[in-house]
Amino acid sequence: MLGPNGAGKTTSISLMLGLRQPTAGQARLFGLPPTDRRARSRCGVMLQESGTTSVLTVREIVDVFRVYYPAPLPAERAVAMAGLTEQAAARVGTLSGGQRQRLYFALAICGDPDILFLDEPTVGMDVEARRAFTASIQTLSGAGKTIVFTTHYLREAEELARRIIVIDRGAVIADASPQELKARVPGKKITLVAGRPFAPADLDGLPARVLHLAGERASLLSNEPAAVLRELFRRGVDVVDLEVTGADLEEAFLALTRRDEGTR
Amino acid sequence: MTRAAARPELAPLGRMLLAQTWSELRIRWRIPAFSLTIVALPVLFFTFFGLPYARQTLPNGTSLGAYLLASFAAYSVGSVMVFGFGIGVATERGLKVDVLMRATPLPPFIAILAKVLNALAYALLSLVVLIGYGIVVGGIRQDLTVWLDMIARLLAGSVPFIALGFAIGYLCGPNVAPAVANLVYLPLSFASGLFMPLSQLPGFVRSIAPYLPAYHYGQLGWSALGANTERLPVSLAWLAGYTLLFLAIAIRAYRNEESRKFG
Repeated sequence: MLGPNGAGKTTSISLMLGLRQPTAGQARLFGLPPTDRRARSRCGVMLQESGTTSVLTVREIVDVFRVYYPAPLPAERAVAMAGLTEQAAARVGTLSGGQRQRLYFALAICGDPDILFLDEPTVGMDVEARRAFTASIQTLSGAGKTIVFTTHYLREAEELARRIIVIDRGAVIADASPQELKARVPGKKITLVAGRPFAPADLDGLPARVLHLAGERASLLSNEPAAVLRELFRRGVDVVDLEVTGADLEEAFLALTRRDEGTR
Repeated sequence: MTRAAARPELAPLGRMLLAQTWSELRIRWRIPAFSLTIVALPVLFFTFFGLPYARQTLPNGTSLGAYLLASFAAYSVGSVMVFGFGIGVATERGLKVDVLMRATPLPPFIAILAKVLNALAYALLSLVVLIGYGIVVGGIRQDLTVWLDMIARLLAGSVPFIALGFAIGYLCGPNVAPAVANLVYLPLSFASGLFMPLSQLPGFVRSIAPYLPAYHYGQLGWSALGANTERLPVSLAWLAGYTLLFLAIAIRAYRNEESRKFG
């Protein structure tokens, strides 16, 4: 689930877990209300806004959590999959932010769940932790587990997900495979300064979306920056300064939302 | 449905309760601010306010030492409940432990029951240390059955203080709870004659004491020595009334929080 901050990702996860009640409609997990213990026994959860006691050790707290589930993983296995084997005997209070995040991952998987809900799991992880996490996710997914995770990094979603649901302001604006989505989201941002103010006709019919236009300055989003530039030169636009950069997610979302509004 | 046969749908509740209680015991033990206060403070108070009178006898023939030991025993059990629950619950809410626990299959009543068992265990520890200290250092002698009876009465009657602790824990944030627990519980104990006999206290305190929960709770401890000043059913009725009141406050605060956090 991909979306900018405030898009409603955490709220969606909370609804799926029965941590919040929907004002309309209903959530079902394995055909059961998400608050049903049988459903919760098959779920693993990693939440952003949650904590644990600081005085137990990693191993102790994993052991307590395992007892909540009918068929848990061996504790060593859960701790190892989270990359915490070296910290198993350390108290939770002494862990770094990234290690703590891994502990929450260990707690999420220790019950050997069929479905994992991970809310922004990589926040605070360093490069190494992120790599270990990616490997674990792929192992779990290979073992037939369903993994639902939220992120605001397009790259992360692309790398890990088979299906990406983009949400913004509480509404689904795209639901597609990473390949399809990538084709729909403009990947490049072109910033131009022309020798004279742009005329509206200069930018009409280009394979690009106009982000800003003010006098002789314009910025465009496109997947084919070369084609855009060729066409601009052909139209005789005198380009005095030019920059092509990768579009960031915020801008990509803007484009997706606009397209949505445009078709309505 | 083959998988349902291959693996049980739910984990056994008994094991959950056991594991949860054991982990709560360890957590509390590793917080010296709690474990030390619970065990050392009643002994310290008894040393100042009880030991000097340990060898004296009340007009009705009861040993004053035993009477004061019963008073501080009541104080110590109440303090385990009020501080253990009040500060413990507030701290967990502050750390948002409750949010994660809610998403697990651990039923809330098991979590609460584990906290109650944990508090009873610490109350028992505190009583054993305090009474042992009174016997060894104060030379206070009673039959073993009297001490056991006192312990049983105090543990069984501690319910209103558990409810009071929960109420404080759900009403107060983690930084405020310790102050509130102290501000509520210390004057309450003092005005109920747990620190010194009511006869030693100012007249207006003596007149409000019979309306306070700790006064009626103290009666349970004194009743084990036959030194209670009101009939046992009266004490129990008062304690039951206060339990309902504190429980109502606690449940209200809990519901408020629930609808705010999980609504």
